Amino acid sequence: MRIRWSNIVLFFGYLFLYLPLFLVVIYSFNESRFISIWSGFSLKWYKALVSNPIILRATFTSLKVASITATISIVLGTIAAIVITRFRRFRGKTAFVGAITAPLVMPEVVMGLSLLMLFIGMEKFFEWPTGRGSTSVIIAHITLTLSYVTMLVQARLQDFDRSLEEAALDLGASPTKVFFVITLPIIFPAIVSGWLLAFALSLDDVVIASFVAGPGATTLPMVVFSSLRFGISPEINALAAILIAVLTVGVVITAILLYRKKNTTNNLY
Amino acid sequence: MVYRFEEIAIGWLHSFVKNITGKRLLLIFPSLWIFLFFICPCFILLKISLAESVVASPPYSDIVDWISNWVLQIRLNLGNYFMLFTDEMYLRGFVISIIIATASTVCCLLIGFPMALAIARSSEKVRNILLMLIVLPFWTSFLIRVYAWIMLLSPSGIINNLLIKYQLIESPLPLINNSYAACIGIIYAYLPFMIFPLYNAVEKIDYSIIEAAYDLGSTPFKTFFSIVVPLATPGIYAGSILVFVPAIGEFVIPELLGGAQTLTIGRLVWNEFFWNLSWPTAAALSIVLLTVIVLPVMMSQKRKEIRFLMKDGQNAH
Repeated sequence: MRIRWSNIVLFFGYLFLYLPLFLVVIYSFNESRFISIWSGFSLKWYKALVSNPIILRATFTSLKVASITATISIVLGTIAAIVITRFRRFRGKTAFVGAITAPLVMPEVVMGLSLLMLFIGMEKFFEWPTGRGSTSVIIAHITLTLSYVTMLVQARLQDFDRSLEEAALDLGASPTKVFFVITLPIIFPAIVSGWLLAFALSLDDVVIASFVAGPGATTLPMVVFSSLRFGISPEINALAAILIAVLTVGVVITAILLYRKKNTTNNLY
Repeated sequence: MVYRFEEIAIGWLHSFVKNITGKRLLLIFPSLWIFLFFICPCFILLKISLAESVVASPPYSDIVDWISNWVLQIRLNLGNYFMLFTDEMYLRGFVISIIIATASTVCCLLIGFPMALAIARSSEKVRNILLMLIVLPFWTSFLIRVYAWIMLLSPSGIINNLLIKYQLIESPLPLINNSYAACIGIIYAYLPFMIFPLYNAVEKIDYSIIEAAYDLGSTPFKTFFSIVVPLATPGIYAGSILVFVPAIGEFVIPELLGGAQTLTIGRLVWNEFFWNLSWPTAAALSIVLLTVIVLPVMMSQKRKEIRFLMKDGQNAH
């Protein structure tokens, strides 16, 4: 009785989560521009997508912004996580933790607006960042992703066995060496998932980028957003299908890697 | 004398560098970043919200004015705030935002609770896959998820097409461009945020307590409300905040699904800034959104719960 009840809930729950995305992918192969007519299987929207210079340039900009954002964010986030978990109480630690996590609850429009005001002020006084190219988007995205990344790494740092670090310190290793030889390998999975999370968040953001991006730095979500204002477009379906395919492949690879790693560690013990 | 002074200076500098290297230096980078790009912008926003709108570039007046003869003039314009609380459009914006965010949160809770229970009751191997499948849509593009609903709900969309095809209706139903559509979009986008904390709370419940209740003659209904719900309260709190807070300032979903009448605060900020070029009004709206809604909600709950979610999101991968 109980099993049947939960299965029904799960069936409808996952149907709600996945059916819309599934339909988006299906209709990317429709030859017709209209949803009402299924005029046959076609890849023409994919062709149109890859020959669209605006989308290609925006994709390149987005990938560049996202990878730079993720890299700087993970470095700053790891430092912040170490400060939070490994430092003795210092004056202002609570404020530090609060300030690091505050961007999490900041509405996107407010964050975009306030950062733009800052950049305009900075440009007036320091003449930097001029014209607000992709630099301002990168700075804004690092601020956005820093708190997520910090929390991910911090959770990992809190979990692992401190005695490993202490043992290394007792045996005479310098704190820097302990970090690179002991701590970093252990928290590495969190660093990888933090990097990916920052990358995904940056690749996904449209509101903050719309505020701070300069004329030459149109990101992919900005292009998608402006075309969504005009309603259904099969090119967007094709783009969605590609994104979902990339994601699925990524998840499958990660799952296989994790599964393998689990098995090898199981064999070790 | 000069020589000694230099020596002292170098010695002082040396000890300063020595003190600051290592731990202090580590602290500086993230603190400086957050100070420059998060705290400073907030104060700039506050400053501009107190300025007057002028036709210039940038389109606001300076609040601090250095008048000659040692007179520093500070002009604070509270008119922007006054306007927000008197103009009907802004008041309605706040009310609509709160209604949409509350309705979406309640719906997420109603959908998410049974799902969290069902996931927690499944076998351990299945459970990990189910949790991963909850996170997965979160990694696909946010805009694509909203687009999926444009495709479903629009007049020439999938649902209207099916209904017309099977002759249930003659002309398309107005499914999109209203606040219901905005709610559906928000529920769809933020459901994972509700399910994770709920699952965390529900999973910890000792099943023997529920069995004991049944043995003592409690009905499933009573067991649910007197045992499961109270034990899941931290999860309900955390999940509700994680849905409510982003939903209240949401811009993209009401803009794309809500139509012209669903002017939420997020959209008002956007419109004031991009279309009316009234920076002070946009800034004042942002400040009110932050201080009247977001801060009180956050104060009511510890941040721990959010950290909780992040931790679990990582475990699920």
